[in-house]
Amino acid sequence: MTAKISITVSVNGENHAAEVEPRLLLADFLRENLDLTGTHVGCEHGICGACTVLMNGDSVRSCLTFAVQADGTKIETVESLGDIDALGPLQEAFREKHALQCGFCTPGMLMTATDMLRKYRLETDDDIRDGLSGNICRCTGYQNIVAAVRSAADKRDAK
Amino acid sequence: MSPPDGIDLTRPQFVGAKVLRREDPRLLAGQGNYVADIKRHGMLHIAFRRSDHAHALIKSLDVSEARALEGVVAVYTGADIARLANPYQATSRMKNYQATFIPPLALDKVRYVGEAVVAIVANSRYVAEDALARVDIDYEALRVLVDPEDALKPDAPKLHDDLGSNILAAREFSRGEVDEAFAAAAQTAGGRFHFTRTTPVTIEARASVAEYDKGARTLTLHCTTQIPGIVRDKLSEIFDLPGPRIRVIAPDVGGGFGGKTSLYSEEIVACAIARDLGKPVKWVSDRMEDLMTTGNAFDEIVDAEIAVDAEGKILAVKADVIGDVGAYSIYPWTATIEPVQVVSFLPGPYRIDNYAARVRAVATNKTLTGAYRGVGRPISVFVMDRLLDMAARKIGMDPAEIRRRNLVNDDEFPYKAASGLVWDKSAFQACLRQAADGIGYDDLRREQETARAEGRWVGIGVACYAELTGVGSRIAVAPGMPINTGTETCNVAIDSTGAVTASFGLASQGQGMETTLHEKILRVAGHLFEAAVEDIETGDGKVWVKGTDTSMTIRDLARALYSDMGRVPKEMRDEIDNLEATKVYDPFFGTTTSASHMCLIEIDPETYKVEIKRYIVVEDCGRVINPLIADGQAHGGVAQGIGVALMEEVVHDETGQILTASLVDYVVPSAVEIPSIDVVHVEAELPNTVGGFRGLGEGGTIGAPACIANAISDALSPLGIEIMEIPATPERLFRLIEAAGAR
Repeated sequence: MTAKISITVSVNGENHAAEVEPRLLLADFLRENLDLTGTHVGCEHGICGACTVLMNGDSVRSCLTFAVQADGTKIETVESLGDIDALGPLQEAFREKHALQCGFCTPGMLMTATDMLRKYRLETDDDIRDGLSGNICRCTGYQNIVAAVRSAADKRDAK
Repeated sequence: MSPPDGIDLTRPQFVGAKVLRREDPRLLAGQGNYVADIKRHGMLHIAFRRSDHAHALIKSLDVSEARALEGVVAVYTGADIARLANPYQATSRMKNYQATFIPPLALDKVRYVGEAVVAIVANSRYVAEDALARVDIDYEALRVLVDPEDALKPDAPKLHDDLGSNILAAREFSRGEVDEAFAAAAQTAGGRFHFTRTTPVTIEARASVAEYDKGARTLTLHCTTQIPGIVRDKLSEIFDLPGPRIRVIAPDVGGGFGGKTSLYSEEIVACAIARDLGKPVKWVSDRMEDLMTTGNAFDEIVDAEIAVDAEGKILAVKADVIGDVGAYSIYPWTATIEPVQVVSFLPGPYRIDNYAARVRAVATNKTLTGAYRGVGRPISVFVMDRLLDMAARKIGMDPAEIRRRNLVNDDEFPYKAASGLVWDKSAFQACLRQAADGIGYDDLRREQETARAEGRWVGIGVACYAELTGVGSRIAVAPGMPINTGTETCNVAIDSTGAVTASFGLASQGQGMETTLHEKILRVAGHLFEAAVEDIETGDGKVWVKGTDTSMTIRDLARALYSDMGRVPKEMRDEIDNLEATKVYDPFFGTTTSASHMCLIEIDPETYKVEIKRYIVVEDCGRVINPLIADGQAHGGVAQGIGVALMEEVVHDETGQILTASLVDYVVPSAVEIPSIDVVHVEAELPNTVGGFRGLGEGGTIGAPACIANAISDALSPLGIEIMEIPATPERLFRLIEAAGAR
């Protein structure tokens, strides 16, 4: 087995130093080493998007990223968006619009949508659907997820 | 004293309101507790070496190299597990049914690609997977049965040597005089329909964490299951442990859709290893394992024909179904669940006097089929509603009109369908009418004419169905399954702190068990207030004497009974025992949910991609409990139905290899393929069930494949094309249109 490598990663504003195997996936680093189990692993080949996190502000698949690639970067996960008693605005919109059923794809949806809301105007619902097309939800038929992101975008624009 | 403001004493208070879900905050905050999130001190990890042959004998098995790898704790073969777990099979009292034993790890033979052969236990999943490559298995390949018709041939090898044939189940239904009706028909239509194999694809793949406490001799299994009770009961037999020493816990489960309603080999292996090693063990399926092993859906060939008179009245229907059920008969549903439902639901919501159907469930070298959203009914509706459209086209009648003429009318309920199912009552006609109004059916027909004149392929689809929902114990009787479906138990208890604990089985809904507990509270309050029981009223956590200011909280009442000795005499305490009530509800037959789906589609002449432009569901699911959730179920169900109709298909090559072992190859719909869906609820005459509720959840998936197939056929009808096989992928449409000589 290859020697371990030292990395330092900022996760949700907190610095973490670790010695990791080069093959350790970022998703496993977050879930196993840091106990941040909000990031879910749905396919391990970059299709379903459940494991989406933000790396230096861009959405990435944490199942297709090695922990060593995250060395020196800033990672944001679903845990940064709000907590149970104080949900963030996007999380509130998801609850209000019934945009989740089983909740397994939800962290990835939230992180992708966070990225979209920061970077894009999202003028039409088709823009939202295009933006979410890399995240699979098997429960909702997407309709209420689109409605939740629309609601969050409207609130963003009203500010 | 009057009831506190805002409290409506006529229960239930929340029915019909858009109540936000209690579980959402934790799921949204990343604080859910799924099986993969569970960690235990000293936990070990399991990885499975799976068969890469579809049908082969295991000539030799060498695990020594794997065992020698640093970090590997143990290695188990089929023979090892057979020593730790009793054999099991899915039995049924149905005639002409043959059960198969399902070894948790293959013994001397493998029967499908992906079947688990060896389990490696290591201190990390990474190391366990490293060791998989060090397992040396020598196979002797056998003739592979991929085509169920091939498996029916007399010279076909038998998958299970102890059985007489590969036909795991066979059944026939008949009513009336089918041949005479066909002879008298104005028109007949039909052919061979093929509904291909799909797989559930929950975004959370299956997982298990098993723990065994050697001191207490208790087994705990956390697993991604929809049926913890059924799993618990079977594990009790498999491990010779009494039920109370086994806990099966389904924590947050990331989607089920039926795929998690079966007992799986990995669950048994995890329990066996945990018990053998006395250590907690975890297995989390990766996506490839999920696509290879989670109970597949559908996969039927149906030869069917319809006979109608000149007015469009259905005279008779006949069908011959071959269900490809895969390598084993799945527990607990058996190989009958999917194909037999196809023929029992095929007559649908229509008045059909003459019906003859045969079904055979055939074992092949593929993954087991099991229950998936809709079970059998998506095919029934696909075949029946396709037949109706084909017949309507032949007699020049509109698809909506031929349905109106054949749907069972309100005054005909209860109606015994041709297969023997009884529809208690449901708004068949109202759903059709309101769907047509909702989508603007007549306008769409006019728009279609214009589009056709421009050479565009625009089609309108209609499909109607009825399903049995909220089913009770009677339903497991027909297929002879040794499990009790649909009954529900609820226990409500008030403890000495005044806290109320309500415990339910799987579904949580009002069970009408308040009465017993209420009477106990009234008796205690009557004594404490020195008032007549008839004068006591309750509400909002309080009890009071009608028309007075005398009141107390339920908490104080609980203290008086349980803790503050002397306030309630011993005789009364003995009699009342506790503030607790348990009620079991068995809906027995269940009740009929029905719906009409309509859609508008257009086929791109360049890419042959089907775009769904409009979609409406009008359903009668009785009284709606939570419209937010009811609509969400319809959206999600239709989305899966769209996947089935247009995209999803498990493909095997002739050697039984799965060509769709990733989500790149097995394509499920994304946000850009699913349209916005209109959902309308018809709360017509309510059924005689608790609360007037009917079931819902599967309906979207039942109606959508037929609706879309009908719309595509409608769009391509100028070319004489009928969709007989789904998914209607661009490639299939291209070939059909090429063959029709259109381009």
